[in-house]
Amino acid sequence: MTTLDFSPRPGAAPLPRMVLAQAGAEARAMLRNGEQLLLTMIIPILLLVGFSQAALIDVSGSRIGFVTPGILALAVMSTAFTGQAIATGFERRYGVLKRLGATPLSRTGLLLAKTCAVIAVEIVQVVVIGAVALALGWSPQGDPLWVVLLVLLGTAAFSGLGLLMAGTLRAEATLAGANLVYLLLLGLGGVVFPLTKFPDSVRPVLELLPITALTDGMRSVLENGAGFPTGPVIVLACWTVAGLGLAARTFRWE
Amino acid sequence: MRAGGSASGAGAAVEISGLIKRYGRTTAVDGLTMTCGRGEVTAILGPNGAGKTSTIEICEGYRRLDAGTVRVLGLDPADASLRPRLGVMPQAGGVPPAARAGEWLRVVSRFYAHPLDPGALLDLLGLTEHARTPYRRLSGGQQQRLSLAAAVIGRPELVFLDEPTAGLDPQARHACWDVVTGLRDAGVSVVLTTHHMDEAEKLSDHVVVIDHGRVVAEGSPETLTGAERQLRFRARPGLNLDELLSALPPGSAAKESPAGHYIIEGQVGPQLLATVTAWCATEGVTAEDLSIERRTLEDVFLELTGRELR
Repeated sequence: MTTLDFSPRPGAAPLPRMVLAQAGAEARAMLRNGEQLLLTMIIPILLLVGFSQAALIDVSGSRIGFVTPGILALAVMSTAFTGQAIATGFERRYGVLKRLGATPLSRTGLLLAKTCAVIAVEIVQVVVIGAVALALGWSPQGDPLWVVLLVLLGTAAFSGLGLLMAGTLRAEATLAGANLVYLLLLGLGGVVFPLTKFPDSVRPVLELLPITALTDGMRSVLENGAGFPTGPVIVLACWTVAGLGLAARTFRWE
Repeated sequence: MRAGGSASGAGAAVEISGLIKRYGRTTAVDGLTMTCGRGEVTAILGPNGAGKTSTIEICEGYRRLDAGTVRVLGLDPADASLRPRLGVMPQAGGVPPAARAGEWLRVVSRFYAHPLDPGALLDLLGLTEHARTPYRRLSGGQQQRLSLAAAVIGRPELVFLDEPTAGLDPQARHACWDVVTGLRDAGVSVVLTTHHMDEAEKLSDHVVVIDHGRVVAEGSPETLTGAERQLRFRARPGLNLDELLSALPPGSAAKESPAGHYIIEGQVGPQLLATVTAWCATEGVTAEDLSIERRTLEDVFLELTGRELR
């Protein structure tokens, strides 16, 4: 009755094919998941529209010009940190990471795939958020190269923190923790509320948060047309080294 | 034992010697030694907690051993070059709950150089109409079949199946058996764990019974069950078997297990059969379901591992 040819013909596919297949699966999973979309798309767009249209904050220049860079930073954090932490935490819990360990896809390949998937989702986010902002009268300044650099560095920093959480905590704790951190950083990192609203004593601390660095950097380029964002790049690089380094040492695969 | 084995190189598919695995104070595997032949189906039988899954997960490279040696296709189980050559079906899970069955199988197939066609495999396992169903909405049996499909899709040389038919309905079990038979016919080595004696008897070339982390018996199903035959019948409980024994040739044995089920062992032939039925007539009982058969693997298993629940 068996019509398939089961005769052994083992072999691993080329790494790029494996990584693309896994990245596609992860990106589809993120874009299909309702809760994930709430964090990565709906909340950022609601904040973008709300804070640019209503006079909820007073900024010196155009409101859309101030808010959009912050929302782009939030979008990066929501996918690279919150979404990735939650998804990976549950993959660990459901034995998905363990099962993948029995396939030719190496751990390096899996991490590459996750990175590609996160970047793919971020591209969708930037396109959608950018389109909404442009429709609302946004006129971005600066060199797109610095924006790409900031997004990539922010992705690396937040991925490190997300994987650190997913690889050490229980899936439920990761779920709760990642959402809490998302809310806290949204409130404290200058995403929509300018840092100038906070007391002088806490501002130096807030400026060291990865979300603040990313928001500052994006704003300096996109709103003010500034050049290479040195300060934010240094802060994000430090978070990247610390986060990815700790995650690599502590990650438990099952 | 079977022609047309893949045997790309000599040696066993799996060789385990003096394997010890501890979890804290518990010793799950306690000096286990066994060999799984190339191109053969090896069934590992044992009660819950006997060390089956620990053993198989060490072979799959998931767990480290504490002592002993394990060679899988001649290599250390941690050797990354083994990954494409092995197929693995875990006892449960391993698939993202939201992933659609067909999509997930296709993704797994992309990890291999010469995969089977995912669609054909879904078809063979009766999953075609569930190809778009998320994993979490599949029934337990459908999830098991999808997991089996993923274990064989890369055309491996050696497949580990941890309780492949647990929770399957009869149709699904037969579909699974067909796959295992197909694998063996194609020269693939298969190592499976099971609680189902009939499964081990039907499918395997080699049976290893383990208990408390050690091998308590191994051999082909035929050698394990022995050539000895038994006479079995049902009648009202509580017959006085001592009377019957005195009428039977010396060396015979009779027991009631469970109540109302009688088993006579010894020189099972026309004479013994006549003696038993004549005795039943004098007792005024009708022997029902009277049969002469070999011991089953289940009998052997219970003798070896006891009847108490664990």
